[in-house]
Amino acid sequence: MVVLGQLLLVHWFCMFDVVALVIVVQHNARSIPQYVTEAITGPLTDPPGVKLRKEGLTVNHPVVFVPGIVTGGLELWEGHQCAEGLFRKRLWGGTFGELYKRPLCWAQHMSLDNETGLDPSGIRVRPVSGLVAADYFAAGYFVWAVLIANLAQIGYEEKTMYMAAYDWRLSFQNTEVRDQTLSRMKSNIELMVATNGGKRVVVIPHSMGVLYFLHFMKWVEAPGPMGGGGGSDWCAKHIKAVMNIGGPFLGVPKSVSGLFSVEARDIAVARAFAPGFLDKDVFGLQTFQHLMRMTRTWDSTMSMIPKGGDTIWGGLDWSPEGESFKCGAKSLRNNSINSMVQNENINLEDNVESVNFGRIISFGKDVAEAHSSKIKRVDFQDAVTSVKLPNLTTNCDIWIEYHEIGNHRIKAVADNKVYTAGSILDLLHFVAPKLMARGGAHFSYGIADNLDDPKYQHYKYWSNPLETKLPNAPDMEIYSMYGVGIPTERAYVYKLNSGTDCSIPFQIDTSAEGGIEDSCLKGGVFSADGDETVPVLSAGFMCAKGWRGKTRFNPSGIRSYIREYSHAPPANLLEGRGTQSGAHVDILGNFALIEDVLRVAAGATGKDLGGDHVYSDIFKWAERINLLL
Amino acid sequence: MASILRFRKLYYVEQAVKCSSVGFESLDQSPKIDQKLDKKEEDVISANNLALGINKRKRAKEWRCIDSCCWIIGCLCTTWLLLLLLCHCWPVTLLRVPELPGPGARLKREGLTALHPVVLVPGIVTGGLELWEGKPCADGLFRKRLWGGSFTEIFKRPLCLLEHLSLHYETGLDPPGIRLRAVPGMVAADYFAPGYFVWAVLIENLAKIGYEGKNLHMAAYDWRLSFQNTEIRDHALTRLKTKIELMYITNGYKKVVVVPHSMGVIYFLHFLKWVETPPPIGGSGGPGWCAKHIKAIMNIGPAFLGVPKAVSILFSAEGKDASYLRAMAPGVFDSEILGLQTFEHVLRMSRTWDSIVSLLPKGGDTIWGNMDWSPEEGHVCDFSKKSHSQTSLSDNNVNNSDVKRGFRVKDLAKYGRIISFGKAASVLHSSKLPTVDSKEFSRTSASLNFNISCGDIWTEYDEMSRQSIQNVAADKAYTSTALIDLLRLVAPKMMRRAEAHFSHGIADNLDDPKYNHYKYWSNPLETKLPDAPDMEIYCLYGVGLPTERSYVYKLSPSSRCKSIPYKIDSSISGEENSCLRGGVYFADGDESVPVLSAGFMCAKGWRGRTRFNPSGIATYIREYRHKPPTSLLEGRGIESGSHVDIMGNSALIEDILCVAAGATGYEIGGDRIHSDILRMSERINLPL
Repeated sequence: MVVLGQLLLVHWFCMFDVVALVIVVQHNARSIPQYVTEAITGPLTDPPGVKLRKEGLTVNHPVVFVPGIVTGGLELWEGHQCAEGLFRKRLWGGTFGELYKRPLCWAQHMSLDNETGLDPSGIRVRPVSGLVAADYFAAGYFVWAVLIANLAQIGYEEKTMYMAAYDWRLSFQNTEVRDQTLSRMKSNIELMVATNGGKRVVVIPHSMGVLYFLHFMKWVEAPGPMGGGGGSDWCAKHIKAVMNIGGPFLGVPKSVSGLFSVEARDIAVARAFAPGFLDKDVFGLQTFQHLMRMTRTWDSTMSMIPKGGDTIWGGLDWSPEGESFKCGAKSLRNNSINSMVQNENINLEDNVESVNFGRIISFGKDVAEAHSSKIKRVDFQDAVTSVKLPNLTTNCDIWIEYHEIGNHRIKAVADNKVYTAGSILDLLHFVAPKLMARGGAHFSYGIADNLDDPKYQHYKYWSNPLETKLPNAPDMEIYSMYGVGIPTERAYVYKLNSGTDCSIPFQIDTSAEGGIEDSCLKGGVFSADGDETVPVLSAGFMCAKGWRGKTRFNPSGIRSYIREYSHAPPANLLEGRGTQSGAHVDILGNFALIEDVLRVAAGATGKDLGGDHVYSDIFKWAERINLLL
Repeated sequence: MASILRFRKLYYVEQAVKCSSVGFESLDQSPKIDQKLDKKEEDVISANNLALGINKRKRAKEWRCIDSCCWIIGCLCTTWLLLLLLCHCWPVTLLRVPELPGPGARLKREGLTALHPVVLVPGIVTGGLELWEGKPCADGLFRKRLWGGSFTEIFKRPLCLLEHLSLHYETGLDPPGIRLRAVPGMVAADYFAPGYFVWAVLIENLAKIGYEGKNLHMAAYDWRLSFQNTEIRDHALTRLKTKIELMYITNGYKKVVVVPHSMGVIYFLHFLKWVETPPPIGGSGGPGWCAKHIKAIMNIGPAFLGVPKAVSILFSAEGKDASYLRAMAPGVFDSEILGLQTFEHVLRMSRTWDSIVSLLPKGGDTIWGNMDWSPEEGHVCDFSKKSHSQTSLSDNNVNNSDVKRGFRVKDLAKYGRIISFGKAASVLHSSKLPTVDSKEFSRTSASLNFNISCGDIWTEYDEMSRQSIQNVAADKAYTSTALIDLLRLVAPKMMRRAEAHFSHGIADNLDDPKYNHYKYWSNPLETKLPDAPDMEIYCLYGVGLPTERSYVYKLSPSSRCKSIPYKIDSSISGEENSCLRGGVYFADGDESVPVLSAGFMCAKGWRGRTRFNPSGIATYIREYRHKPPTSLLEGRGIESGSHVDIMGNSALIEDILCVAAGATGYEIGGDRIHSDILRMSERINLPL
């Protein structure tokens, strides 16, 4: 049971990306010789690198990888007594051995300073540099390794590939303040362009790296000291294409549940199955609170709070995906066109339920499904201001902000019943004021009315595509590449947790299930189409509409392309994580995606690839979003 | 345990079957025995419907034997499991070797913090190499280390690995279809093999006073290539330049401190010239680049003027006791693994590496001595007593050393003769030696081409005629100048390739425009230091260890496939306390680099304003006397002076940390000399 607990814990840690249990299976699958595999599954197809080399593709443009959150390794450069002997050993990534051996020490070193979001005194944890930083996350669990191997097949090597590893716990601007990471990236890109005969680089960001690179593009052209002083044509001169993989441009709802109650669906199930087990001490202390305290010191998690508010994510009774989306994973692809046709008179049909995806958090299933006019809401902020701050009852030996809120306020939060993407921000400001105050200095989640307003020169807007202009680089290309066909968390049903003082007061209501078999609601979570982590809406909207053609967000008319990859699970265990996967991380091993990347790196344009390649309803949804362009 | 028991049972049954078939013919003799068999055998035997013809005593005996075998196996497994269990339960801290207490923590308490960015430049052999593209035999090794790390692959498929580690014989670059690249980053050379630190101790101590990735950089490069080729193939020099510029800017315009080691020293010398040279062959940094970006160069174990060891590696693929290759990876190149032709393989491989040619002795007879003279003459070789008597020796106590010289005048080693054939040739006065100039005869018989094919390995010795091989030996003794000619004779292709990249002479006129060519850049005797009067150059090296200085060779017995015709004559040793041991004359040094090579430039060549150092860059010599570790627990010692172990030397680390934190050479105490280097360099007659 303890082992299971630990596995689940790791599972949780990889909040966005990583499934630990798969590692074991994957590892076993790897050790089977290839001829055995071939005997069972038939001859393997050539990996794209081999195939394209036969076609005559060779190294052309240098390639820059920008890893996402969680997947990059972190190592210790200075630590407290308890971490002795771990100098330059990986704390994050690799085997996670230290997590088991000395969990408290580990959590202490992985945390950042609560006030500044930088290093706590006496601790320096730094990103691993080089390709090894994120080629494998754990032994046998590839992240970039497959792509790197295929690029090497057509002639790439260290001098033409660069892994822009950064400390993913920090806010983007702080990586520059503390480590000068953005400066290094700039210098490295310039170096690669200079040493490769002036060939512009192809940048491949993944997951949160997409936002990080958006930030970089603004930073590099902004004048010093805040920016990189590259001048207004830096991007045009140095970047050929940005190939965003699984990019959460507009945030992910999962990050809300992560911040709100430190749980994503996986752990929510575990909590329901083993009540009191994970709440209590796996390591002799309140695990959840410890984890929550640790992750709350990470500014970067706040970069993925849904952006654009109700305009993008939908209001109380409306959402872009809402009425046309069917959640049965099996019928997802086949029926999507049908259901679109029929969605005019949707309420008459039995097997299609209307889902209010716009309500990202609802308290109670009935609330989630009822029409907004029927919900009695009490505005929590009014209720709260009238109540005096209660005395702090900190008999819990660790600090989390919930203890400073008090029961009245918690009740008030629940009484408000429903939260949309817009009001989620208020909610987070309310339950975690310090966190949001710190985050507010680095990130912004709105939509700009007037992009020429000088306030948008502040760095906190740089990673929000709805509050920045793309650089002036008409020859650049932007790709949005992501998997579709996997149910992805989109909205949550919560309940109050009637626990003791020291537990987290809100919990996903795992008992909430949809009425019919193919319901979008499972275990308290409403799912929509996506790559298991990022909904299609967030990954595709900017390229489908926000940046398509010359818009105010894209004044120079940079061409944008959408490349979707329909998820097909591996046919059997031997295939490991599959060559046709569309899942958020596994897509980096998707042969079709790798082929696209290789072709662009070898010089092809988006048109050569075949332009857009779309399975989902993203264009339809984007049309419904009423955003001034 | 269950599996072991099952194994026992299986074995038991199998044995019974075997017994039954053996005893089949003598079926009638003792039919009653089988009733006493226990159940297990009964199954087997009844299945075969047999009555066994083996007498009971014999079988019982056999079983006992098997039994005890199984018991032993069982016991072994059990103890092994128990030990494993214990290991896991054991507190981690108890099992770990106690860490060397470096000076970092103490200096931090004294208030030192990171100030100048630090660049580490590793030397030959210590950097890791990984595979990017290979032949089918290296399948599955993509981005795995072929060099450095655990070397497991060398054990598994040695010939394949040698093929991949070799470079192209004509170009000195990648062979077709093989791409082996330097491992980048700090991991490139922190440990060479598990537990065998190179830079790790220094890095850890630097980290103690606040260094980390942003102000500490390891300039890894492919050490097999010639220096200019690292730029042509990998842009390694451009990367280093960009990195230094970046660190300079992002650390508040603080100049960098460069810490090269071993061959990295001359690599960085090459860089200094390259960076200020205009393109296309240079880095176009402009004449002020070094002055602007570099505070100090702290050369550790510098091989400025080459090492005699490189000669023996190129000549016959052997060094006496510590040839680079075998010392670094003991056992790897043993004959059992590679078959009988170990040396041939190693010779073939190392001759494809241009970098080894960069380590040949430079400066010719002027520096290294001629037939009858050498700067070290009078050196006392009693290394066991040396550490005690040394202080008195070096403290200007001329009388004392004269007395010693008087004692040993018979045994004067003629270091100038780097290769001699036969002991007699190494000690006789030059007038008594035959005076045949190698050049005269070399071309006369070279056309005789034997073309003996000995498997796949081909060395240039195969193209030499037996006659010219004999002639080489007949020439008896070679000084370092003659040596280059000798190598040109025995390995013409290699030298033609490598001499396009390296030069080993002394410049008469440094302003001659020919010295703008990159092949002179790594030779301190043929280049000027950059114009950077505020820069400092340190020579940090160990002393007090016997270091190979010259060799006594012999012809090896001729055979078709022994294609290396020369061998160090290891049977020759001098009397006790002699400098000659096992065919090798030793001098003072750090076990790899003689003091002469490490210290001369800082002691004389660059001291003050000379023609090699026109801007008068300050030079400092810091010597570290070797003291072996007092106990096993200490590992490789914190006072070691040997070539690689010195990187864990506390005094050296302290010096580096102080300079990195802002101190100047004057502040850390200027010169610190234990050896005779000043007297030696006085004897060298080099116009400055």
